[in-house]
Amino acid sequence: MLVSSCWGAEGPFFITYTHQMEEPGNLELAIKNVTGKPGDGNRFLGSTSEFEYGLKGWWTTEFYLDGQATFGESTIFTGYRWENRFRVLTREHWINPVLYVEFENINGADKGLLEVVGHDGKDDLTQPNADARMEKKREIEAKLILSSHFKGWTIAENFIAEKNVRHAPYEFGYAAGVSRPLALAARPDRCNFCPENFQLGAEIYGGLGTHQDFGLGETSHYLAPTIAWTLANGTAFKISPGFGLTGTSAGFLLRFGVSYEIAQFGRAAHSMFRR
Amino acid sequence: MKLLFLSCIFVIMAWGQLDSLVQQVPPGTSARRNPLEGNERARRAGAKLYARECSACHGMKAEGLGKAPPLRSVEVYEAPAGTLFWILENGSLDHGMPSFAHLPEVQRWQIITFLHSLNPTGLQPRP
Repeated sequence: MLVSSCWGAEGPFFITYTHQMEEPGNLELAIKNVTGKPGDGNRFLGSTSEFEYGLKGWWTTEFYLDGQATFGESTIFTGYRWENRFRVLTREHWINPVLYVEFENINGADKGLLEVVGHDGKDDLTQPNADARMEKKREIEAKLILSSHFKGWTIAENFIAEKNVRHAPYEFGYAAGVSRPLALAARPDRCNFCPENFQLGAEIYGGLGTHQDFGLGETSHYLAPTIAWTLANGTAFKISPGFGLTGTSAGFLLRFGVSYEIAQFGRAAHSMFRR
Repeated sequence: MKLLFLSCIFVIMAWGQLDSLVQQVPPGTSARRNPLEGNERARRAGAKLYARECSACHGMKAEGLGKAPPLRSVEVYEAPAGTLFWILENGSLDHGMPSFAHLPEVQRWQIITFLHSLNPTGLQPRP
């Protein structure tokens, strides 16, 4: 099997999506982690395992398993997510829209922090695991992803709406990011430290309240520079320190992750079962 | 009359499906010139990018695999650089060819430089 370049849809971002889809038949395996120490709460490590598969050129599906460890408390599995992204326009335009739909079946102790919506804040992260895990969160999340590539730069904006299927209001959020490789031209030799293997960027994300009190009041927001490094063998690493911008935000979040893409996994699996 | 009209539509659509991607590229896109045409360093960089981005579908030797057509072909060799650039930028999402717009422009030109160096047997070198 072959490997391909990683971080298909996200570039160096952890939260912001671009319009780049997973290539049909490719399977990307990734682990994303986030650690922080919210106010008076204990330090935590949220971890998300991702399995992303390109079904069609215009359709990418992804399955997540979430868990977290809170120091001095416990390590627990917090649930799963299933997302689908649909590219609306088949050709490349100045702005390229993608529709995103996700079903989440997680509990209140989830600390993956893959998005910030509504009035999410540091108080959500200080609740003891034993109590928080009792809250069931079955939610539908929709995103409008808009993104562009311009002279080597990637610019992306996401608008997020989330709703618990049983109760609670509609919650809103946003994410935006900009990134660029260190070098635009590829070097001819196979190398790990070629400048084109590094992507630098920054993203900003946060909540926008609910449909009852839409706005910035008592919402959390983060600004996070980010860097991704792809090795010659296709393995990619990325890291991003995130800084809380409001009193509701956790002061500091450190995100880090690794990914590996198996090119044409679907074809290999298909031929294996056909024999 | 309605049946005749629908039949015409069907025939036109079927004809469109038979065309290769090179033939489906909008007119006017072929005018763009490859700024790296014939550049040996760009060809080598393009070979590296090809191995990473394209070979899983089109084969390590560009011989084509499954539904992905061979790129070591007369059609690709003779295609204007601007046409190949358009294909790399837009892909053909309905037919499984992804867009490579996420690659910087210069990397797409490097891949095209490499593709144009794949001379199918018996053809004159590109000018």
